[in-house]
Order: sequence, then C-alpha cells, then structure tokens
Amino acid sequence: MSKPDSAQPGSVRHGSTGRLDLEEGWRRTSPLGIVTQGLRSLRRAVLPVAAILFSTRSAEFGVGIAVGVGIAIVTLNLLVTTIAWWNTQYRIGSTDVRLHSGILGRQARSVPFERIQDVSLEQGPLARLLRLVEVRFETGAGGKDELKLAYVSQEEGAALRETVRARIDTDPASAQSAVAGGEKAASSAAEETPLFTMGPRRLLVFGLFEFSLVFFAVLAGAAQQLDFLLPFDLWDFDGWEERLAGPGAWLAGAGPSVRVIGAVLAILALAAVGLITGVARTFARDFGFRLDRTSKGFRRRRGLFTRTDVVMPVHRVQAVTVSTGFLRRRWGWHGLGFISLAHDAKSANHTIAPFAQIGELAPIAHAAGYKLPGAEIAWHRPSKRYRLDRAIMSAALPALAALAAAALGFALVAIAALVLAAALAVRHRFLWQHERHALDERQVLSRTGWLAPRLMVASRQKLHSVRIVQGPLAQLRGYANLRFGLAGGSLSLDGLPLSEARHLRAAVLSSIAAVDFSQLPR
Amino acid sequence: MEQEHTGRLSDEAVANGPAASLREDEEAPLTRLHPNHVKALRVHAMLFAVPLIIAALALEAAGLAFRGLALAPMAIFCVWLVLLMPVRRHNARGYDMGADRLRVVRGILFRSDTVVPFGRVQHLDVAQGPIERYYGIATLTLHTAGTHNASVSLPGLAHATALAMRETIRAHVRRETL
Repeated sequence: MSKPDSAQPGSVRHGSTGRLDLEEGWRRTSPLGIVTQGLRSLRRAVLPVAAILFSTRSAEFGVGIAVGVGIAIVTLNLLVTTIAWWNTQYRIGSTDVRLHSGILGRQARSVPFERIQDVSLEQGPLARLLRLVEVRFETGAGGKDELKLAYVSQEEGAALRETVRARIDTDPASAQSAVAGGEKAASSAAEETPLFTMGPRRLLVFGLFEFSLVFFAVLAGAAQQLDFLLPFDLWDFDGWEERLAGPGAWLAGAGPSVRVIGAVLAILALAAVGLITGVARTFARDFGFRLDRTSKGFRRRRGLFTRTDVVMPVHRVQAVTVSTGFLRRRWGWHGLGFISLAHDAKSANHTIAPFAQIGELAPIAHAAGYKLPGAEIAWHRPSKRYRLDRAIMSAALPALAALAAAALGFALVAIAALVLAAALAVRHRFLWQHERHALDERQVLSRTGWLAPRLMVASRQKLHSVRIVQGPLAQLRGYANLRFGLAGGSLSLDGLPLSEARHLRAAVLSSIAAVDFSQLPR
Repeated sequence: MEQEHTGRLSDEAVANGPAASLREDEEAPLTRLHPNHVKALRVHAMLFAVPLIIAALALEAAGLAFRGLALAPMAIFCVWLVLLMPVRRHNARGYDMGADRLRVVRGILFRSDTVVPFGRVQHLDVAQGPIERYYGIATLTLHTAGTHNASVSLPGLAHATALAMRETIRAHVRRETL
C-alpha cells in the first residue's frame, strides 16, 4: 500500500501462478463464497440430472449415469468457481478500491474513493446462514457497473464499509439532504408562495387538450373480461344480425339523411367521450398541482385520489425540457420537465409544470439555474446536405414502393405511396426551418421537431463526454452527429458540419474539464 | 518474464509515435495503438473465419455447390478478413492522451471520435482477454456517469501503457478533488 502502484504495474497478477502471491494489502474474498456457488450449481445440475434419469429410465445403469453427470457438473462448477475465487483479489488502497478477476482473461477495476457515493451490504438467505455479505461500492454510474465483492465475512464487510466511508470526504449532511428533504420542507414551505400552481380552470383547459380515447380501449378490455356478466353473447354475430333484422329493422329502412345524422352524432359522442376522459384523467392526476421552491429543492404535490409529494434537489437537475403539442402550441401552452438521474421515477423526465405559458416557465427554469432562450440567442441549423440526404432517404422507401405498385398495376396504392413519399420529404423541408441548436456561455440548447417542437437546455458543466459520430454517408458528405454524455437522458445534435461539430466539442469540453465531477454538487 | 515482455512493448509503443495515416485533424495528432493489436485482431478474425470455411466445405461435401464454387469466394473473403481488414481497423484507431482528457478515435464505416475529460471518470477498467494476454496488450475502459456513451473503451494498448494511463487518470481524479 505504501509504494506507488505505477512502480510495478500488474506485478500481483503476473507473478508465478503457483505460489500464493498476495502482496501487501491484497485480499481474497471469503472462501465460504465457494460453498454458496457450489450450492447454486447443485441447483443448476438438478434439471440435466432429471432429464437423464427420465431418458434412461429403462436402461440398466440409468441412475448411475445420472448421478455421475450430476457429480461431474458440480465438480466442474466448483473447480471453475475455485479458480475464479483464487484469481479474484481486492485491495483498499490509499486512493482507490481495486478488484482483479478473471480466469483466462484478466480484468482490473479501479474505483477512486472520490467517486464512491456509498457502500452497501447485501445478504441473501444462504449468505446469511454462512454469515457472509455482498459488498457493493456505488459510484452513481447508473448502478450497473459498480464494484461488487461477493462474498466476504460479515465482520470484513462492516470493516470495509467503515474504512471506505471514512475516506469518502463528503459530509454526510449533504448526502442525506435528498432523502430527508421531503419531511423537513413540509413545515417550512407551507407559508411560502408557490412557484407554480394549477387551478380548476387551468386543469379544465389542460384536460381538453388531453383528449383521449383510452375509454374505448378500457371498454373493449372490460367487454372481453366481463362478457359473462352480460345477458347476451357479445361476440355472437348471428345474434346481432337477428336483433338488427327484428327491432332494429327501422335502421335499414331509414333514409340517407338519417344515416348522416347518425354518423355525425356518433362522431360527436366520440369527441365528447374523448374530452370528458381527458378532463377526468387530468383532474385525477394533477388536481391541486403545486410546485414550491424549498431549501431542499423543488417540491411538487399533485393528485386527487393518490396524492404524490416529490422533492427534486436542484443540483440533480441535468437538463430542462420544454415540450408542447401540435394543437396546444397554437395557444402558447407548454410543459416543463427536468431530466435527472433520479431512480425513484419511472421516466427520467420529471414533470415540473405540465401546462403553462412560456412566461410562467422561465422563472421556474431560472430557479433551477437554467435560462430559457430569448431573442438574443444565436441559433444554428444542421448542415443543408444533412437535411437533403435525410429527405431523400426518408422518401426513398415509399417512392420505391410506389414504383413497384405501379409496375404491378395497383394505381391507388402507387398514388398513396407517392403522397407518403412527398409528405416525408416536405416534413424535412419544415424540419430545416425548425430544428436548430445553440451554445451560450453555460448551456447547450437543442430544438427538435416541427409540429410539436421540443426544446432541451443542458448545463455545459454537467455533461460527461462528447462524441462525434459519422456514418458512411456523413463521412462522404462532411457532416457529423455530436452526442453528449448526459446523465439520465440523451442529447444529440445531428447533422452538423464537421468543422462546427469539432468547434462545439472543443468549447463544451473546456467547460466540462474546468470542474471535476466531485465538485459538482451531488 | 512477462513483466519484461510488456516493458519492451511499451517502449515500442512510445517509439511508434503519432500516426501519419490517420485523417487530417486540426486537433492534436493521434497516438497509434500497439502493433500487436493487429495480430490480436487477426486471431479474432481467424476465429470468425474458421466456421465460414467449414460451412463452405460442408456445402461442397454435401454436393450443394460445385467444387470450388463455395470455397473459392469464401476463401478470398476470409483472406481479406484476416489479412487486410485488421490492418485497416488498426489504422483507423488511435487515441490522444491530453493533460486533462482522453480522446479515442475508432471505426472505418462508422467513425466515432470521443473525448472524455478525466474529471468525469467514475471508475477505470484494464481488461485482457486470453488473446490479448498472449500478445501483452490490454483494453482500457473509462466509465462515466452519463446515460449514453457512458463507457469509452480503448483496446490495443500495451498492458504496461494501459496501467500507466490508468494511474495517470486516477491521479488526476484525485488531484482535481483535493
């Protein structure tokens, strides 16, 4: 531990394999872990053994073969597990936690203390019986790639946790704030004026735009599930014909005007049901919507039947999105969302103000440290070539289909396909007008979509990596996609001229590199 | 003995210097990967080619194709795959270890050029598969907290170089924080 690692890189792994080559500080996990693995392999061996028993039930040595195969499977597993255990070594160094593993290949992982957010201990029933724990070092890298030690003894696990926690120099108060925020904020924020609320009037308007025909889907589902409750068979079409022929015969006799009126009434009924469903769902979800800016972050309360109360710490916000709909946009209605790495929500995009005018959204975004673009911002468009290529490519498939249909003599299909091709090409004409991006001193901004545009504003400092990607066509035509590593979401500026992509990358990298990850508030 | 082996390789890698054949860039010139990377790629390609050849042979043995009609094109394809392709792939790859960031370039048809600032690295991996181990090379992987492009891996480094780079990056993480 005392000598620097770079002096003898990999010396632990490359000593002669025969002798016990544990250097100072290096440890193995508990050998009892092999037992749990062995038991697990026993469980895995059950199925093949049963299969052999079944297939050789008439043979003389059937049982013997089955037992032999079972033993072979378990032995092989134990052998591999033992070698893997022997080769798995870890070390709590002076600056990082290391794990070496691998049987044929070699994997070495290093997690600096600065990045470890917490150490958790997990114990399954079997591990509990053997007094073993699984130690996980969590880094916030999405949870998937963290370092895991399975298994060490309980005492060792507890000691490891203490050692590492002592070396993580974040104060526990700030780490806990996200958890404790909810209760504490409840008392203090009650008297403050909320950032954003939605009254019944607003909810009603919002609900009208949330037109939904989900009611009919529910009805159809219910009809399928509960048809035994109906006095007649819903799916008996002969029965329906009879009913139409009998009491419903006047329908067939009615004139065309009656039929038109009937159709109009049906459409009106459909619209009414859709609107009512939309309003009802909106009221149920967003009733009493209230957003507060508390000392712990943004606190959102909403719901009629299930009332939810969510606190989102300000520093967790990675980017803000402003979205809208094709129709609601005509009246200036927009929705504001936060992108974060929060694990508690199903979608990473948190609804912060679902239905508001831009003027109402700007102060909320400002409270989170983001600035919505004004008139002063210099927007840039993707490369013209990119737009042209995309238009041609999107129209190519339906155009080919039109050709094929024309050749086969389906005139109507050919025309329909041609119209589709034209529509797709025209769409890119409008995307050319609407899709744009910009860079200001602190933010990356991107606007996508035509009829329902979506704006995304990300903090330059909170990005993690920048990648320039070029497919074959992009290489030929000199444009590139610029993809940013964003926690909790994706941000990609597509089809930029290569030189501009490089320029943007250099600019963003300089702001990322200026601040270390650990210094970002977490 | 292996220690010696990797040590020698790292010297070669340093002496190899910046890649001339990589495409024009106004940014810093890229460092090429270790020459053994080509050999490792060849072995991987061979492992991929063997089943193809066997399939072609089987096709002819079963009388489904005339003699040589399946084997000849397949053999030509495999020669290209094993001899030429690894060189092209190797030439398309490179990296640039900056003062506070690592740039990784790879891909022929689909080109990707990624920069990860050391300040965003969450943890680091140095991995060797059996073939890489034989040739004394390793893959360095940088993990970040982003959701997309979260991990960037750089294959074909001399093992000692990979370890040294890991130490440099780790030291940077530490220094930045203190």
